[in-house]
Amino acid sequence: MNLQLRPALVSFVALSILTGLAYPVLVAGLAKVIFPRQAAGSLLHKDGKVIGSELIGQSFTDPGHFWGRPSATSGPDGKPLPYNGGNSGGSNLASSNPDLKKAVEERIAILKAADVEQQGPVPVDLVTASGSGLDPHISPAAAAFQVHRVAKARGLDEATVRALVETRTEPPQFGVLGDACVNVLKLNMDLDGLR
Amino acid sequence: MTHAWIQNILFLVLLLALAVPLGPFIAKVMEGERTFLHPVLGPVERGFYRLMGISGEEDMGWKTYAWAITLFNLLGIAAVFLLQKIQAVPVLNPEAMVKVPTDLAFNTAVSFTTNTNWQAYGGETTLSYLTQMLGLTVQNFLSAATGIAVLVALIRGLVRRTADGIGNAWADLIRSTLYVLLPLSLVIALLLVSQGAIQNFSAYVHTASGQIIAMGPAASQVAIKMLGTNGGGFFNANSAHPFENPTAFSNLIHMLAIFVIPTALCLTFGRMVKDKRQGWALLAAMTVIFVGALAVTTWAEAKGNPGLKALPVDQVVSVQQGGGNMEGKEVRFGTGATSLFATITTAASCGAVNGQHDSFTPLGGLVPLWLIELGEVAFGGVGSGLYGMLMFALVGVFIGGLMVGRTPEYLGKKIEAFEMKMASIAILLPSAAILLGTAVAVLLPVATASVSNPGPHGFTQILYAFSSATQNNGSAFGGLSANIPFYNYGLALAMIVGRFGVIFPVLAIAGSLGSKKATPESLGTLPTHTPLFVGVLVSVVLLVGALTYLPALALGPIAEQLSLRGVTR
Repeated sequence: MNLQLRPALVSFVALSILTGLAYPVLVAGLAKVIFPRQAAGSLLHKDGKVIGSELIGQSFTDPGHFWGRPSATSGPDGKPLPYNGGNSGGSNLASSNPDLKKAVEERIAILKAADVEQQGPVPVDLVTASGSGLDPHISPAAAAFQVHRVAKARGLDEATVRALVETRTEPPQFGVLGDACVNVLKLNMDLDGLR
Repeated sequence: MTHAWIQNILFLVLLLALAVPLGPFIAKVMEGERTFLHPVLGPVERGFYRLMGISGEEDMGWKTYAWAITLFNLLGIAAVFLLQKIQAVPVLNPEAMVKVPTDLAFNTAVSFTTNTNWQAYGGETTLSYLTQMLGLTVQNFLSAATGIAVLVALIRGLVRRTADGIGNAWADLIRSTLYVLLPLSLVIALLLVSQGAIQNFSAYVHTASGQIIAMGPAASQVAIKMLGTNGGGFFNANSAHPFENPTAFSNLIHMLAIFVIPTALCLTFGRMVKDKRQGWALLAAMTVIFVGALAVTTWAEAKGNPGLKALPVDQVVSVQQGGGNMEGKEVRFGTGATSLFATITTAASCGAVNGQHDSFTPLGGLVPLWLIELGEVAFGGVGSGLYGMLMFALVGVFIGGLMVGRTPEYLGKKIEAFEMKMASIAILLPSAAILLGTAVAVLLPVATASVSNPGPHGFTQILYAFSSATQNNGSAFGGLSANIPFYNYGLALAMIVGRFGVIFPVLAIAGSLGSKKATPESLGTLPTHTPLFVGVLVSVVLLVGALTYLPALALGPIAEQLSLRGVTR
């Protein structure tokens, strides 16, 4: 039985070096050459500073910006800290949990209080927490729902804002994969660029 | 719904297109034949053997084979455990992660070595890059290689006549890693980076506005996490995290990577037993179970959360929105791609998630749970899915044999008392671990205190945990606070029972069948490549699964669904 000891130890160490060091370093090297921007996190810069990643959502709460989805992430102290890119995760609330219903009701109330003229049913993604807590997208319906509020807060024409949303609307990839979505951070940067 | 089904069908077509060439390739590799990769990797393989002091040709009896696999896995557990204990060293540790508590480190070590990848920790808040690479990424490869090795040993048992051995475990482990897992992972990792998955060794980014963004060598680990049906996320949110799974296309790559080897292995099987129809029959049975399960999840999640029906919330699927039950899901995937992912990850023993299963509708969550409990034999884990399905095939021919009153045979080998005993152990031991583990947990206040959702759903959280751990899936109803000593040790035990309680009987069967003579086919032989046999096989899987788990499922998701309907009326 001890005949297997040497092959076990040697193969384990050699395979560990190959798959645990050589392979990730090789991927990192190739990625850095072929896709340097993506490998580093698709970061966005402004005035030489990193202002975020186009793939990681941010928290927007003022009426003049589009709001992203509710985020259930928490900070190091365990208290809610939406869009904490250092600790991803969802709410894990069950469909049947009364706390979920209560949270959705509160979110609806906040959305409607921010725009009393917008009283239609709220698109579901705008009142439910995402799986990662970092979802960079909302649905086109969720963007359309906020156009009136954003336009009013900025003193812009609704058509101008709607046109911006349209240019930022990404259809399902290759026409069939996933759902249509709007990148909230990029849309808000477009809005800020209008001024 | 139509949109979702176009995506579902596209997935199945692409899967088949990829598996058809891969299956025979794996067969060639495992039989030691030359392939187009041998000019480059052949010298590496021979170098391994030289260092190990073996030729790679020594035939092992099943007990030696099992001992080699055990030794190899014990080393894995020890290495991952130690790396977590010394991870405070400042090597590839820019966020200065500290040593992991013993119960959690043990759970994680067992979890990744047994191909479970249950995670009681959050990656970006707990582990250094070194631990993720040299500990977890390595086990992502080696646990998958273990699965392929055991399967191939079983196939040899079916093919060989009056043989003493079932192959060389070291050659099987090294060949599957070198020629199959590594090259494919490299391609997948780069495809993922092209979509936005990250691969770097930088410290976490702090933006001008104070947002922290976690970094790391994610893509390389994510590639093998999917390909090896491991499922352990680099980040806490797993494949829902935009840095692991940035686009709907990367999501498609994730899903194909989970299923491609399990699908290909059916064709590898057909080639190795020199009757391709046998492989296609097993694949057909898997597909029937999978598509049925997929239909239920897709429908349930697209319909939305019945609990929100009374509120002014628009859950209807339209051009403007994916709609449906969006709690715990990402907009870029929507309910369609999330339902497909959830069904795949639990039909296989992967356990990666691109949405939080805890927040699925009761029926949408029941399907993944039941798929896990069936033993993940609809495609299933790398290697483990097919050797699990072959256990059911033995039960199938046994029942068929009883019906016509003849000695049951499979591929010309008589299935006798010893094989049936071992197959029964392989099927019943995990079931016992799931149900007894759940039963113990619901009786202990320390275990029930971890439950986060009220009512029947709370019970489902515990049932899901023991099902996922035992069947080496690794997905979770994540609201359960599992990082306490009871679950860390209890679930680690369940993982060991579920992994080795199947591997040992499978290898014993391989040894026993390999030593038998072949019986010539006769009029009384039940053919095992026909639609009739596919039907028998599907029925056996579903019947065993229903009889074992329906009572427990009735207490959890079924009760929850009924209570939710009561609320809306």
